[in-house]
Amino acid sequence: MKLKILHLYPKEMNLYGDHGNVLTLVKRCEWRGIKTEVIAHEPGDPIPDDIDIIFGGGGQDSNQNAIEDDLRAIGPQLKTMVDAGTPTLVVCGLYQLFGEYFQTAEGEKIKGISILDLHTVAGPNRLIGNVVVSTPEYGEIVGYENHSGLTELGEGVSPFGTVIKGYGNNGKDMIEGAKYKNCIGTYLHGPVLPKNPRLADFLITKAIERQTKSRPKLERLNDTVENRAHKVATTRPQ
Amino acid sequence: MKKLSIILGKTVQKVTCLRGNGGSALPGLVVERTNRNFVREVLGKLPHGVVVVSGTNGKTTTTKMITELFESQGLKVFTNKTGSNFVRGVISAILKDIKISGKFDYDIAVLELDEAHAVKFSEVAPIDYALLLNVMRDQLDRFGEIDHTAAYLQKVAAAAKKTVILNREDPRVSKIEAKNTAFFGLSDSLIKEFPSDDDLLTHDKKKASKKTALVTLEKLDSKATFAIDGKKYTTPLKVKGVYNAYNAAGALAIVKTVLPKSKTDDIIKALANIESAFGRGEVLKIGETEVELLLVKNPSAFQLSLTSFVDKNHDYMIAINDEIADGRDVSWLWNVDFTSLKTVKVTSGTRATDMTLRLKYDEVKTDATIEDLKQALEKFVNTGKNPKRIFATYTAMLELRKIISGKSLV
Repeated sequence: MKLKILHLYPKEMNLYGDHGNVLTLVKRCEWRGIKTEVIAHEPGDPIPDDIDIIFGGGGQDSNQNAIEDDLRAIGPQLKTMVDAGTPTLVVCGLYQLFGEYFQTAEGEKIKGISILDLHTVAGPNRLIGNVVVSTPEYGEIVGYENHSGLTELGEGVSPFGTVIKGYGNNGKDMIEGAKYKNCIGTYLHGPVLPKNPRLADFLITKAIERQTKSRPKLERLNDTVENRAHKVATTRPQ
Repeated sequence: MKKLSIILGKTVQKVTCLRGNGGSALPGLVVERTNRNFVREVLGKLPHGVVVVSGTNGKTTTTKMITELFESQGLKVFTNKTGSNFVRGVISAILKDIKISGKFDYDIAVLELDEAHAVKFSEVAPIDYALLLNVMRDQLDRFGEIDHTAAYLQKVAAAAKKTVILNREDPRVSKIEAKNTAFFGLSDSLIKEFPSDDDLLTHDKKKASKKTALVTLEKLDSKATFAIDGKKYTTPLKVKGVYNAYNAAGALAIVKTVLPKSKTDDIIKALANIESAFGRGEVLKIGETEVELLLVKNPSAFQLSLTSFVDKNHDYMIAINDEIADGRDVSWLWNVDFTSLKTVKVTSGTRATDMTLRLKYDEVKTDATIEDLKQALEKFVNTGKNPKRIFATYTAMLELRKIISGKSLV
């Protein structure tokens, strides 16, 4: 058994330690004897068809510009994979670009790749701080947000969770992130997976399930440190 | 007007000092409000002008180096030692030294300024020379993205009347434009030890830029070798770590630019005796145990610190706080590669557990996780005879220093 993890734009889109999400997936597989291969996708690279998990993070504006053309080129391929149920996690910048469009402060609409039914409009302030989210499927999730885009969900996606502390998608509707099939989009850095091992294990479980066509029982890991760090994060000021 | 400002400022300073609050910003505020030209009037008259040191990492030690190098050349140097690296802090520092008559007895000013404050400073005061060190991710939750920071430095450079010294190996700094620019750089063999912000994860092998540098750091083992004007100089250094040696190259470049006729051999001799600034490799004693404090405030600084300060002879503690001054967001820890550490004796601070968790995913063992810094320190100094090193974020460092100095008094 080997899981292939596609890491979208690790050079350009790695703000706020998002790479830690990939490391978390790799280690949590390795500790269970599951092999992994991380495929770092940079602009111009081809994408293999047999990807098991997709991950993409956030970047600053100038870096985001550098990947937009490539993202549009591989968009259809990514959409096919997500539609087929490939477990996917996209954070911040790529969460926005997985949507329909991003409207800048000047009113310009930057087209997304239309995998997630949502759109984002540049807001007047940065929404920054610790976040706690309640999710139906993965329990309480902690993270750190830092975005100025305000995201509204459409009919085709469900919320990732409800905001308990922090701003979430837009600071108004108390919704954080989006979910469609096995694809999760979120504003949460932190990075999100290390302190939310249940979410990491969901992605791994789905990946194995798709490969073996049967629901695996993941070996339990000792998550004492993970859970303690999670708990500490919930107690820190926003 | 100037005289009035001095009297007014000094009076406020006296009063606030009497009230026992140190009074570092208030006198500055009063003068700033009453006379916007105050700083320009005072600093504009210095015979050798004003040098501004800015960038994310290394400002404090580099400013200290430049100050002491100028002093070794017989100059009287005005500097903002207290760490009040913003305009009001500079005004307050001026007020302390200036005579009521307006006499300000210095030859040159060397000022450490945060990127954003350096821009504000350039609006109210003359800048003759600037040394721009680097642009790294630092507390992004407060200052926004690094391209903004680079834009700040560009403004500072544009304001400099004489020469701007740039770090040739930092992709964002090296392309800054100014009236006159000169560079400090690294040899090809050293460049891989200096990840720029973009390289932190990709670990690409870089090559030194082809632009000619005024000063380069050529080699660093037990001694440092600098090339200045094509001639090589080898010297031991008291400041530790590759990044301090590299910043010394920047300091040398500034000094040689301001004082082109100075004797390089003498300057190198003076450089050898300069010690690190507070919290930058400072060694303190707890009983018989030597404890070295290393400030880590962003991924690049932490990575360079690990490169410079991890060996088999020391025990390690890491203290991570997430107070406002440290940055609330601790995700930057995941941009640092900790695999050079085998074991960490203690993690501490408000985010001790986050640190332990980070180490776990790099398969580094943590013996104890103790949030309380005092308890953690006690545990750490009792872990054996090895000399100790503590990596700490800003507020954790201040607190640890207080605890340690308190102990030495007992």
